Amino acid sequence: MRSRVSSLPFFRGISPDTLFQIFLGSIAVLSVLVLAALLLRELIVGAMPALSAYGVEFLFSAEWNPVLSEFGALPFIYGTIVSSLLALLIGVPLSLGIAVFLTEIAPAKVRAVLSPVIELLAAIPSVIIGLWGIFVLAPFVREHIAPLLMEHLGFLPLFRGPAYGYSVLTAGIVLAIMITPIISSVSREALLAVPRLQKEGALALGATRFEAVTGVVLPYARGAIFGAVMLGLGRAIGETMAVTMVIGNSPQLFTSLLHPGYTMAAVIANEFTEATDDIYLAALIEIGLVLFAISMVVNIIARAITWRYLRVQGGS
Amino acid sequence: MESKIEVVELNAGFGSTHVLKNISMSIPRNRVTAIIGPSGCGKSTFVRCLNRIHELVPGAWVRGKVLLDGKNIYDSDVDPVDIRRRVGMVFQKPNPFPAMSIFDNIAYGPKIHGMKKGLERIVEDSLRKAALWDEVKHRLKDSPVSLSGGQQQRLCIARALAVEPEVILFDEPCSALDPVATAKIEDLILELRENYTIVIVTHNMQQAARIADYTAFFLMGELIEYGETAQIFENPRDKRTEDYITGRFG
Amino acid sequence: MQARKLKDRLFTAFCIGSTLLALIPLGSMLYTIFVKGFSVISIDFLTKLPAPAGEPGGGFGNAIQGSFIVVGIASLIGIPLGIAAGMYLAEFPGSRVSRVVSFTADVLTGVPSIITGIFAYLVVVLKFGGFSALAGGVALATMMIPFIVRTTEEAMKLVPRELREASLALGAPRWRTTLEVVLSTARFGIITGVLLTIARIAGETAPLLFTAFSNRFWFDGVMQPVATLPVMIYTYAISPFEDWHAQAWGGALVLVAMILALNIGVKLAAGRRW
Repeated sequence: MRSRVSSLPFFRGISPDTLFQIFLGSIAVLSVLVLAALLLRELIVGAMPALSAYGVEFLFSAEWNPVLSEFGALPFIYGTIVSSLLALLIGVPLSLGIAVFLTEIAPAKVRAVLSPVIELLAAIPSVIIGLWGIFVLAPFVREHIAPLLMEHLGFLPLFRGPAYGYSVLTAGIVLAIMITPIISSVSREALLAVPRLQKEGALALGATRFEAVTGVVLPYARGAIFGAVMLGLGRAIGETMAVTMVIGNSPQLFTSLLHPGYTMAAVIANEFTEATDDIYLAALIEIGLVLFAISMVVNIIARAITWRYLRVQGGS
Repeated sequence: MESKIEVVELNAGFGSTHVLKNISMSIPRNRVTAIIGPSGCGKSTFVRCLNRIHELVPGAWVRGKVLLDGKNIYDSDVDPVDIRRRVGMVFQKPNPFPAMSIFDNIAYGPKIHGMKKGLERIVEDSLRKAALWDEVKHRLKDSPVSLSGGQQQRLCIARALAVEPEVILFDEPCSALDPVATAKIEDLILELRENYTIVIVTHNMQQAARIADYTAFFLMGELIEYGETAQIFENPRDKRTEDYITGRFG
Repeated sequence: MQARKLKDRLFTAFCIGSTLLALIPLGSMLYTIFVKGFSVISIDFLTKLPAPAGEPGGGFGNAIQGSFIVVGIASLIGIPLGIAAGMYLAEFPGSRVSRVVSFTADVLTGVPSIITGIFAYLVVVLKFGGFSALAGGVALATMMIPFIVRTTEEAMKLVPRELREASLALGAPRWRTTLEVVLSTARFGIITGVLLTIARIAGETAPLLFTAFSNRFWFDGVMQPVATLPVMIYTYAISPFEDWHAQAWGGALVLVAMILALNIGVKLAAGRRW
């Protein structure tokens, strides 16, 4: 008893275990909750000049002309949304195909080799994917993919020429490549969480693999798969370097995916060090605030879903 | 018979689940007391109340008294850490610390209690008492993971002995072991009885019959019958005890 | 009947096709990086300062050095805080604080990296009057913390409760049980998580653009701007010069080699349970 309490005057009578808990708890609160609060606060304070100067108009104006102090975030919000949705459009079917292949079709050996290889893609830094995007993908899109799309779907405004290599389409493809590992690996977990009985029950009734997967497995796992898609969306929205390097960085409300666009993250990356006056900087920080808010909402939804469906309550 | 532990109207549980109901019994010094009963009868919870480990589970609660040498271990001026040193415990599955060497596993307890010198001596003594010394004396720096299950369990016993407890609680110590390893542990328990008060939870009635001086039969959180082992097995007074030991349920 | 079989075949083909399709960009990237990077890499490239624009030669030596320094600063800040916070979540679960912190950390892993750059700009660059290695370190530490918190929490939660109880039953106080038994048992999981987190942030560019900024010279103190490998690759990639493009690939090879070596090494080691 005597030796088990602190002898420091301030902490007299408090057991070391309580001190330990308080110490770790303070660090946890400080380095996570306070950090999150500080992040939000700094963004709001930093954006304040722009917030008060332009109000809500900021979000809906398409004029971005720093020289004239005209700041409207619409082209960036629009570009972010379109490129992210395009990434989902390409990436989600691909990811689900991979997830089904790795859980239901591939032999164990193939699976053991392929799944870490696909996750390797997630380890490659964004700037390097951007580098590859500039020198390999963008020329390929300009010379092969875009002409093909223009020839067959050119009647749609979405695929109207002229074709640029640095385009929303290229950005969408790059983003799809980047979100595929996360969506496929979380979906894979979701598929693995489907009780064997469910699937085997369907197969025992004479269903083909296609029927068992689409009729039983995917519907069972759809909640968690939706979470996986949201995680991918969150990543696409916030992705900076790879997009900045291939999207063309032109603040316009494009209609053709073959034309350049701009995203919120890209404009911050490009113009932050060039922001010569306070209002310009504040406008960029406000774009950061909007980006932060959107990606946090998407992430909270994603985490809430994946926690609900996939998180095993481990430990004590 | 002089008692080491007096349990008085002990109730315990988790949240709204009432696991132990009004247990009162006296555990004699330097004897082996076995707790038997079907799974879920509260045997484990009972011994875990004797060294205040039970209360570490979130939501767990305890009411009543446990007198160790006459002093209630649940009094507010008692430090549970101190009780746990005096009342050691050996668990169901062997649980040596995998990240420490065999030596460090045993030296851990004494170090915690402030011993710095003479650790080699303590480690050797404890391993000898646990009948493990000859098997591991040349590999004290090795990880315990390489030991067999029975050796690991004896290591855990040595680890408990190293802090010089007065009471040792065994919570189904042989349930994960083969018959040969089980026999070794049983021999060991009989030897330890000279110097320690021993409480052993077991679902194996033959084991209780072989090693225990006293046996208590628990059923659904209640103490049904308690007495000398021979009497419990040969001449049970309660119908339910008889049903259990003759294998009619559980 | 035939239609059902056909559908099944097409579906299987689609799944296999998706997997192959996803491997194409990966293969193309690794191939290009290796081929283009290898022709640039030399001792000079790894150890020399960059040459002025228009002059041949020079290297990424200062950027390699700078990356180690900035990642080092981030690790010094992020690893202790992250591990301590994760330890709290694992050892004192169930409370409202724990759940909120754990969920928030999880959500923070999704903060766009450019945002941590803005944050470090506002709290370090503006307050201390200039771009600095420290600001870059703070930006990366902000990214690191949530990952380390979660990975530590998960590794420590894998430690069976029997080990904690064994220690407590010997009369060990809780804090010693946590530090000496739980932490040492979980150490490989924690180290794995920390190394993977380092691999993840070592390639980050966006948070460094306006914090660490860049520098054509060697590291000159934590309060000075510093060159880093990712920023240098970016600058060279978007430059108009052919030979800079070539050097960007050289930098990419160095960066990818380091990151993949760390990743694969850690995963192989973890697979063998060390």
